[in-house]
Amino acid sequence: MNITQILFWFLSVVAIFSALMVITSKNPVYSVLWLIVTFFSISGHYILLNAQFLAIVNIIVYAGAIMVLFLFVIMLMNLNNETEPQKHRWLKMAGAVAGGCLLLVMVAALKDTDIKNQQAMVNEGTIGLIKNLGKELFTTYVVPFEISSILFLSAMVGAVVIGKKE
Amino acid sequence: MYLLAIDLWFILEKAILIACIIGLSFFIAMYTTYAERKVAGWLQDRHGPNRAGPFGIFQPLADGGKLFFKEEIIPLASNRILFILGPGLAMVTALVTSTVIPWGAPIVTDKGIIPLQVADVDMGILIVFSVVSVGVYGIMIGGWASNNKFSLIAAIRGASQMVSYELPMGLALIAVLFMTGSLKMSEIVANQAANGWHVIYQPLGFIIFFVCALAECNRTPFDLPEAENELNFGYHQEYSSMKLGFYLFAEYINMFISSAVMATLFFGGYDIPFVNEAAWGLEPWLLSLISFSVLMAKIAFFLFVFIWIRWTIPRFRYDQLMNLGWKKLIPLALLNMIISAAVMLWLNK
Repeated sequence: MNITQILFWFLSVVAIFSALMVITSKNPVYSVLWLIVTFFSISGHYILLNAQFLAIVNIIVYAGAIMVLFLFVIMLMNLNNETEPQKHRWLKMAGAVAGGCLLLVMVAALKDTDIKNQQAMVNEGTIGLIKNLGKELFTTYVVPFEISSILFLSAMVGAVVIGKKE
Repeated sequence: MYLLAIDLWFILEKAILIACIIGLSFFIAMYTTYAERKVAGWLQDRHGPNRAGPFGIFQPLADGGKLFFKEEIIPLASNRILFILGPGLAMVTALVTSTVIPWGAPIVTDKGIIPLQVADVDMGILIVFSVVSVGVYGIMIGGWASNNKFSLIAAIRGASQMVSYELPMGLALIAVLFMTGSLKMSEIVANQAANGWHVIYQPLGFIIFFVCALAECNRTPFDLPEAENELNFGYHQEYSSMKLGFYLFAEYINMFISSAVMATLFFGGYDIPFVNEAAWGLEPWLLSLISFSVLMAKIAFFLFVFIWIRWTIPRFRYDQLMNLGWKKLIPLALLNMIISAAVMLWLNK
């Protein structure tokens, strides 16, 4: 086992464990914090694939900005065990069936893909470095990139309009 | 020496470097508290601490010892785990940023080059930003877990302040990155050593960055999270003993690190101004030592400015803070970015 494999197993265990803790925690604040741990371990996986830019942006945007807003909302609403509405038993069962169906579909979809032939390039490849990524984004993928920029801009304008006082 | 295909010498080298940097951060932060009180005394025409040792230089040790031996109180209604996690997280995020800062010229030995930088990664400065953006959690978790409305309000103020000021900080930085064409800290320093410090080309960018650094460190005039007259004591109201010490200490480490980042990005890092030190033909370790001292002098200057501002300028109101961040600094940083891009395009055509 070399260092990459050790790190891979470690990060995978952390990612799966923290992801399970997100959905099993009773306290929503704990769920948010475990989700942050999940983001960090996924960023670790990105670094193993040498996608450094993606890893750092994942931390800045998701762990650093979006989860802070999640925490804001949850802390201000002061959700806890007592105030959490108890769902009806049938509703829970329906949720379990729906989730099971989704799992079935995903397993079925993954069964036919040729994952075995497509090995991930670990610790090599330079496309994840910022220079190459920037070149690709502004040459090959410039149209989708600009379109998504316009999407973000319109979302920003919309947020300002909604947030503005009458 | 290889075990599990890991180069143990490499690990050892980095471990020593990390230990040195953490020790240095603690030492500097300790004596920044002393400097703060001395400078405050000087500005207010009084002596400042002068009892512990000559000129009071053992005052930080006395303060630290006092905090260690104070009674530790964890409020009954608080969330115990998160209450303890909060200050620890604040401390860790304050220390992690130092990994990408080049502390001096690399030491060249006959066995190889030892860089005085823990990790010279391609992402360099973005790592600093990611840690800064994660640094919010120490305050938020601590403030929420205290189960006190003042703590919570202060924590939310602090978090929204830090999130708001990250944006102009990043935008001001983009103009610097135009000039270097790289995010690597070592290349940013090398570029400044070759072409002159960035502060000459980007004075507006530096001012924006500096204002944002003040806000990110929760320093006056942006110390709204600890505004005593509105929020009693801020997000660490319920904390006592060394947990309080960690919060206060993390602030000083943040000051130290952000001074180091500013010195590296805008003031040439470990570069010695006006001279070509490579031509002196000094021993490599001596050159590293001198460049390290130069960086420390720059950092000391910034720390002094931080303290000077604290004892000179009164605190902003919260709406003024938000207006300054969103309505003034962000457009200004965008303008700075566009103008620098246009000028560079014009010069390079």
